Amino acid sequence: MSVTDSTKPVGIEVSLAIAEAVKLAEAEVIAAYPITPQTHIVEHLSDLVADGELNAEYVPVESEHSAMSACMGSSAAGARTFTATSSQGLMLMSEIVFIAPLLRLPIVMAVANRAISGPINIWNDHSDIMAVRDCGWIQMFVENGQEATDMTIISFRIAEDKNVMMPFILNLDGFTLSHFIEPITFPPQNLVKKYLPAYETSHKMDLNKPISIGLLGAPDVYTEARKATDDALVASKPHIVKALDEFEKMFGRKYNLVEKYRTEDAETIIVTMGSISETAMTAIDEMREAGEKVGLVRIRLWRPFPVEEFREAIRGCKNLAVVDRHIIMGFPEGPVATEIRALMYHEENRPKITNFVLGLGGRDVPRDHFKYIADRAKAEGRQGHYEIVGVFE
Amino acid sequence: MIEIRFHGRGGQGAVTSAELMAQTAIGSGKYAQAFPSFGPERRGAPVTAFLRISETPIRIREKVYSPNVVVVLDPSVMNVTKVDAGLKDDGLLIINSARSAEDLRKQYGFKQKIATIDALHIALEVLKVPITNTVMMGSLAKVCGVATPADVREPLLTRFGPGLAPRNQQAFERAYENTNMEG
Repeated sequence: MSVTDSTKPVGIEVSLAIAEAVKLAEAEVIAAYPITPQTHIVEHLSDLVADGELNAEYVPVESEHSAMSACMGSSAAGARTFTATSSQGLMLMSEIVFIAPLLRLPIVMAVANRAISGPINIWNDHSDIMAVRDCGWIQMFVENGQEATDMTIISFRIAEDKNVMMPFILNLDGFTLSHFIEPITFPPQNLVKKYLPAYETSHKMDLNKPISIGLLGAPDVYTEARKATDDALVASKPHIVKALDEFEKMFGRKYNLVEKYRTEDAETIIVTMGSISETAMTAIDEMREAGEKVGLVRIRLWRPFPVEEFREAIRGCKNLAVVDRHIIMGFPEGPVATEIRALMYHEENRPKITNFVLGLGGRDVPRDHFKYIADRAKAEGRQGHYEIVGVFE
Repeated sequence: MIEIRFHGRGGQGAVTSAELMAQTAIGSGKYAQAFPSFGPERRGAPVTAFLRISETPIRIREKVYSPNVVVVLDPSVMNVTKVDAGLKDDGLLIINSARSAEDLRKQYGFKQKIATIDALHIALEVLKVPITNTVMMGSLAKVCGVATPADVREPLLTRFGPGLAPRNQQAFERAYENTNMEG
């Protein structure tokens, strides 16, 4: 019996659960190169293929650059395609990553977020994904193992939607999510088949109907091609919402583009992405018990950025404490805070925005950090420059 | 929620212990979470692993800083690591040692209750290898009431397969019956 046959929650490492979800999604081609902390995902996929549990072509390429190249080839041939990487692997493949959206290839890639070198570090932060932030892929950050499992299935459905046809990056925190054993309920295979029918497309390389893709874009078409890609990415949002709504109808778990936690009457709202949000929620429960009016807004969909949903989520708060897991070298604030400040600039009633950088290169993020952040934001902390939390003095 | 920290050396199965206990708890309808102190795996180096078990969903991912229980898989770790760091006043140490609790308390200055088990002896006798993970799981299950021998049967079978699972089950049960609880 396979682990995914269980109707009860299963205690499983999140990396393996993602691989099992790729199996449930019946991916046809996996091309990947192992890199910590993503390795367990593709290692387990190679087991599933070797054991005959997943009928897919597993391409053990010689580098991440080749992994993404092989993924583009297989996706262009009309196959449901998956890969996973981290950090230096994402850096190495980045040359190819930026091309997939323009070619409208619905590849799904899990990125187990890890710091980029140097110094060499294998642990979690968001510097890898921020380095390819503008690549044009749909990008989500998941919070826990259940969401990572569900979203793996949902991501194929979104990417392959005829109204979308865009590649999808599923961000999950390396180690602090990827290597956790936690209870996961697997969506039943028969329902997954209904939710995610086999991938069919006329937009593919076909020997009988030859086409060329990936051609030169000279100055007379380059701008239009880039704009068309941006338009396609932005236009994917309502279809993402639809895929999430339909997932809820079939499987009962609700996912929004932006999640709110105890934001009603909150004067201070902390903004996070990824798995630290769970710790933040516990910190907020403790602060609420002490009478503090603090809430949390978690950005799940990072690209296309859910502008309206985010504005609505933070409406009415006085202080916004934005958490970044990455430093933009040479700029006073991190990427999330920079973007939010830009979005809020045109609002008449905008909150005070303070920016906190924490959890770099695997530095643990305990509850106390969020209490400190809330206090500092309320006191209008340091303005105009990020503050690092949890550093050795 | 009960928070447990495991101390061992790379290769002894501290991480496996935490994982198997989490899987056992989840299998019996509880919520649980297990994770290692992440780093390059080095056989013989001090290793820490963390476990949370709860009746309600667990929404926290920080390391375990104030455990209710500390499990020591290798007594030599106590000479290089302060294993009782942050341990709650009413907490408990479960130590793999043939020595008495009193003796260990005198040497290391532990303030909390101590349970002892000669896990190395049991491991060598039953498993024929000095890997103390399933033995220490038996002690933990007994003194904290977090699992019974019946609860672990399936997780052990899944992890070790039909060849090795029975011996690990036996190791678990030996510890389950023979842990010395102070007081």
